[in-house]
Amino acid sequence: MKKKDLAALLMAGAMCFGLLAGCSNSGDKASGAPASDAGAQESAPGGSQGSGDAVTIKVGGIGPITGDAAQYGTATQWGAEIAVDEINALNGPVKLEFRYEDDTNVADTAVSAYNALKDWAKDAPLVIYGTTTTAPCVAVSAETFNDRYFQLTPSASSPDVVAGKDNVFQMCFTDPYLGTAGAEYLNSKGLGTKYGIIYNNGDPYSTGIAEAFITKAGELGMELVATQTYPDDKTTDYTVQLNACKDAGADVVFLPIYYTPASLILAQAKQMSYAPLFIGGDGMDGMLDMEGFDKSLAEGLLLMTPFSAGAEDERTQSFVKKYQEAHGILPNQFAADGYDCMYAIYEACCELEGLEGMDSAALCDALSAKFGGGEFSVDGLTGKGMTWKDTGEIDKSPLIFKVENGAYVDAQ
Amino acid sequence: MKKKLNKNSLNGFLNYGIVIAAFAALQVLIGMGRLSNTLQSLLVPACCYIVMAVSLNLTVGILGELSLGHAGFMSLGAFSGITASILLQSAIPMAPLRLAVSMVVGAAFGALGGVIVGVPVLRLQGDYLAIVTLAFGQIIQNIIMVLYVGVDSRGIHFAASSKRFDLAPDGTAIIKGPMGAVGVQKLASFTAGFVLILITLLVVQNLVNSRSGRAIMALRDNRIAAESVGINVTKYKLMAFVTSAALAGAAGALWGLNYSSTVASKFNFNTSILVLVFVVLGGLGSIRGSIIAAALLYVLPELLRGLGLDDYRMLIYAIVLILVMLATNNDKLKALVGRVIPKRKGAVNNG
Repeated sequence: MKKKDLAALLMAGAMCFGLLAGCSNSGDKASGAPASDAGAQESAPGGSQGSGDAVTIKVGGIGPITGDAAQYGTATQWGAEIAVDEINALNGPVKLEFRYEDDTNVADTAVSAYNALKDWAKDAPLVIYGTTTTAPCVAVSAETFNDRYFQLTPSASSPDVVAGKDNVFQMCFTDPYLGTAGAEYLNSKGLGTKYGIIYNNGDPYSTGIAEAFITKAGELGMELVATQTYPDDKTTDYTVQLNACKDAGADVVFLPIYYTPASLILAQAKQMSYAPLFIGGDGMDGMLDMEGFDKSLAEGLLLMTPFSAGAEDERTQSFVKKYQEAHGILPNQFAADGYDCMYAIYEACCELEGLEGMDSAALCDALSAKFGGGEFSVDGLTGKGMTWKDTGEIDKSPLIFKVENGAYVDAQ
Repeated sequence: MKKKLNKNSLNGFLNYGIVIAAFAALQVLIGMGRLSNTLQSLLVPACCYIVMAVSLNLTVGILGELSLGHAGFMSLGAFSGITASILLQSAIPMAPLRLAVSMVVGAAFGALGGVIVGVPVLRLQGDYLAIVTLAFGQIIQNIIMVLYVGVDSRGIHFAASSKRFDLAPDGTAIIKGPMGAVGVQKLASFTAGFVLILITLLVVQNLVNSRSGRAIMALRDNRIAAESVGINVTKYKLMAFVTSAALAGAAGALWGLNYSSTVASKFNFNTSILVLVFVVLGGLGSIRGSIIAAALLYVLPELLRGLGLDDYRMLIYAIVLILVMLATNNDKLKALVGRVIPKRKGAVNNG
């Protein structure tokens, strides 16, 4: 009896592992992308030799694909994968080999993921793409700075990410920039007389924007009547914060937060028949595609984001189509930033001289000089002619959209 | 009587032996360049978790009180350690010494937290410690999220919001509320982690095998009987709990100085539970079990990356935890192990 039970336990365990290993082997190589021609080349080691003298650059991505922030990580992963497939299908002088590691939005896991990517690249030239979220990115950028790997983050927006590091560049706006831009926009358009702000004081992104907004509003002499906070995005009741804004008579409420809590705020404001003008940052993008979200709630909402899936230009349309075909949802600005990152890396590598034979450190110095030089510019989904300052911050301006009839309308 | 004493100390020496042998083996591997970057980056955090698990075992396994806020003490240690290391940057230029001082500061703050929580709560009977430590972990996290600490030519500044945080332009911000501590100079090394584990073992094993340790275990086994022979309940409970908190603080300082940025939300309830899982799966009261469980279970999810199991690694990790739990609680399996290693049966309780 004893041995039978033990054997059954072991067998069950072995079967679980076998099952999972089987699933993974078939799914891992394609890494979520449709098995296209480019995908096949991507997984073949040294596939570059086949097509002339293309140089293969390994791009290692890091971001949360499990846990609370998984939606942002998967968006940056999928957006980048579409770009990598397109780039490899171009048969240009540079090919990209892409791999994405999970960091669960935790700094120490991100450092482990980064080390796993280093092991993956071995001696091949490696560029780090990530990380998606701010706190892990600060930890990883310190490591890449010491180890000399070039790093381009799609969405980690704190100034701490790039501060004092010549090798780290951002594709997104920095938080203070967005907060300042928000205050200037409201002031220049003469929207509202009394302002309220509700933000997540447990989140660097939200706090970063809010602090810059509050400072700028003070400088511009805007009357900020309510400053309300909540501790984390799992909060479900915002009536206290909304009531404070309402009682103070705020007719514009700034929400520098992600769309999940923002959607609750909009719904609860409607319930208490409080209808100020709401304005949000780039984290608000994606709200209209939330499952079960009543789009009429967002009517009149202003948001500052570099990307709109409804844009008419051909490149955006083609990206949105590919993204929807592969994953069944509309891409948000995280996916678009990821897409642009790949093209920025590709175009910068194409312009480099003597790319062949460069190791990661030489590539890092060359790319850092290229990005930081101010001459290099990229056209992407999130902006035309984007350039970088030598600090690592990007130079592009946010588009301001207004939600009308469930769609974005330019409100510049 | 004499034989039993030898067995205990032999057990203790075996723990030192395992740790020293593991350290030596890993150093040889690093020297030969055979250890991957991933594993090398896991060495220091694994050391921190080992110290956390051993110290929590002192509270949960030896003292028999449930603590659900061990990460709170780690958090105290991490942020006070980081602050100390930045403040002492010019006073102590030697990195290892500054690390040691920071770890002592971290331990002191951890102990302070332990006293604050322990003095009122450990006088009570029942599960109050679990409730209060749970709250303590949350409170520490929320306090550090609004805490701003910086240093400039005028001295150290503390503030509870960024508006009141008035730092001169030449100053350095050390802790910036939800942004946590950023721009920390990495001081931690594997050797430091190894030394910390040895110190932890020295403290915990000597405490457990001392007169005080026997009093602590007597309290765990039967409080009324222990009180009736004149054991001071609060004193011995506090002794174990504060020691445990201080060691967690030192582990926190080592952790904080291993990463260039640390945020308060890292030390949340999940981290406390993770450490508790290490202790429970390693065996309550078994120091060696805690060391092995913490090392293996911390490294496991990262190792699964390398096996091409990326998408399922968190799932597999959960399954492994469940299997270990089932296996360690299975009487038949225990009997089987007991037959193969007959000595083990007696050793379980003495750990």
